[in-house]
Amino acid sequence: MAKSSIKIRATEKNGETTVKALMTHPMETGGRKDAKTGEKIPAHFINEVVCKHNGETVMTAEWSGGVSKNPYISFKFTGAAKGDNIELSWMDNKGESDSKTAQIK
Amino acid sequence: MSTEMKRRIFLKRSLTASAVGVAAGAGLLAPQEILAAWNQAAFEAKEVPNALNALLGSGTTEPSEAIKIKAPDIAENGAVVPVTVETSLPDVESIAIIASENPSPLVASFNLGKNTEGFVSTRIKMGKTGDVIGVVKSGGKLYSAKKGVKVTIGGCGG
Repeated sequence: MAKSSIKIRATEKNGETTVKALMTHPMETGGRKDAKTGEKIPAHFINEVVCKHNGETVMTAEWSGGVSKNPYISFKFTGAAKGDNIELSWMDNKGESDSKTAQIK
Repeated sequence: MSTEMKRRIFLKRSLTASAVGVAAGAGLLAPQEILAAWNQAAFEAKEVPNALNALLGSGTTEPSEAIKIKAPDIAENGAVVPVTVETSLPDVESIAIIASENPSPLVASFNLGKNTEGFVSTRIKMGKTGDVIGVVKSGGKLYSAKKGVKVTIGGCGG
């Protein structure tokens, strides 16, 4: 099975759940030149991220290639409990995507 | 299983995977639509007000002390600048992060659910010394704050 490109850590304390996620992705802006050929490396970056709690969307993000390589995000929300599902998915400008589910600890 | 058989299966699998990749890229396999189409006009705008206008419907924001931008004073590596935007404003619908001196200043936009707090943290690329601007949509209005970040080595790979 292919290794997941997403690591999620979701922890709940006093009613507030903090989600931290790290994604593996080159996040090429399309402006960088290949050192050897001088050609521009084509843009290849995550442009959409969706995070759901028990199937309900809590956060969506739209990104440009200006987000750093191997993107990290963190955000917080209320109304969840330990053991609930957090699902994070991303899609990039080439139509590739990945998703991962984790339980809130 | 012999090495030869393993090699064949590996090659077959990688060809299939790349065929799928090509098909997906060509739009033959419609990728699952997660959101409405990516806001190209906003992300490719060269000027901050144009980007905000395309993203949020207005190019002007009201400065607010209730928004805190956490970012390093000096970014050693412009390719990875940690940025946190936090706000105590109520009813936060979205938070956008802008790097004023980047070729395309709008870097990220986060749409927050009703129980999601006014807090986002990520890492962005900064091409050169400039402001990190956080724009918060709260109660239908746009507010902003900014923090200057000195960049020693630019993050756009140029």
